[in-house]
Amino acid sequence: MAAAEGSQEAPRGVHDLGGLPLGPIDRHEHARTLYEMRVDAMLMLLTNPSCGAFKVDALRRAIEGYTRSEYEDLPYYDRWIKAIRGLLIEQGVLTDEQIEARVAAIRARQTPSGDAHVRAW
Amino acid sequence: MTAHQHHDHHAHPHAASEDHDEVTEYHLLEQAIRELLIESGVLTAADIQRQIENQESRTPALGSRIVARAWSDAEFRRKLVESPTATVAALGIDMSNTPELRVLENTETLHHVVVCTLCSCYPRMILGVPPAWYKSREYRARVVHEPRAVLKEFGLGLPGNVEVRVVDSTADLRYLVLPMRPAGTESLGEEDLARLVGRDAMIGTGIARNPDA
Amino acid sequence: MYAPGDRVRVDSRWQSGHCRTPYYLKGRVGVVVSAVGIYRNPERLAYHKPGLPPRRLYRVRFRQEDIWVNYTDGGFDTVEADLFEHWLLPVAEELTS
Repeated sequence: MAAAEGSQEAPRGVHDLGGLPLGPIDRHEHARTLYEMRVDAMLMLLTNPSCGAFKVDALRRAIEGYTRSEYEDLPYYDRWIKAIRGLLIEQGVLTDEQIEARVAAIRARQTPSGDAHVRAW
Repeated sequence: MTAHQHHDHHAHPHAASEDHDEVTEYHLLEQAIRELLIESGVLTAADIQRQIENQESRTPALGSRIVARAWSDAEFRRKLVESPTATVAALGIDMSNTPELRVLENTETLHHVVVCTLCSCYPRMILGVPPAWYKSREYRARVVHEPRAVLKEFGLGLPGNVEVRVVDSTADLRYLVLPMRPAGTESLGEEDLARLVGRDAMIGTGIARNPDA
Repeated sequence: MYAPGDRVRVDSRWQSGHCRTPYYLKGRVGVVVSAVGIYRNPERLAYHKPGLPPRRLYRVRFRQEDIWVNYTDGGFDTVEADLFEHWLLPVAEELTS
């Protein structure tokens, strides 16, 4: 049941979900993939005070800025790596050009059968 | 649509292996950023490996041990509730650079269930990484306004005279539920008690198991 | 500054940027359970600012019946959240509800 209208003065953020009438909870669990573990580790290291590239609050803020479609459709760790990318650029740790160039180089390194599976941007 | 979460219908036997699923643009992005960060000296490959191992070593078994000890030792329980982070650290669990821990005690008339409606804050240092359902939009949206319906989905029904208290982790505190000790466990040692405590009982979407179950 | 037992209303103002006061609690009245501590302001940390001076954080408890229209699940049910002082407004004790 939604909260009484009139007491809130602005629409919700895409992330601000408490009270929305959503459906059944999918309780299926899967073991974490290496990709997921790496993204997670990267975030923990970058937000650790010894590195301090950005705070975890910044990651949340970046994700909260996604469109509803991005927020709902992007898998959890994809949301993170996309945000990490933006924050590293924001903080001048890496540049967009560097990242783009490296992605292209990695794609070029893929074996021919690997290439066929890579989804374009 | 990408995503291992949506493709897997059976558990992978071991998580730490290369993905054999489709390589997506986000996998490439992760690799690119990781390589660049290592090359520019921001991180090392060893840092990443160590962090992965550190995180993988955190499993609900840590929480189960803490609960079992709290059930067995009243003084430990008192210290745990009063100074959770320090008390847990004294057990040898690394609590450096983690948010503060708080312990929520369930009673016969009070049942806690933890959520982060705004993102996915979770006591990772004790329970490991959260399950996908905890991070799901559906859980985050519904547990705060229809907790009993959600608990029923998890197989838990609670009488109306029990206060169901939903705790929304909106700031830097992380919450661990201390479930009630099941009846008939007076003679059990800590190891056997720990086996009765599953992850969901420490989130609040479940309770501790009975010894005969 | 609040003490345990104080009734507070969550400010329902709109604020752009990062905010850790959930929509569903805005405008709601609850009771302070405890003063949690002081913390750098996440609304500023989110933009790489120091977030100083630190702000007081309070654990606030709400009756479900006071948050949702027609909450019929359990009359004793509650929600708790950790909210910053700058999102809380004092509520005078009322003699009648």
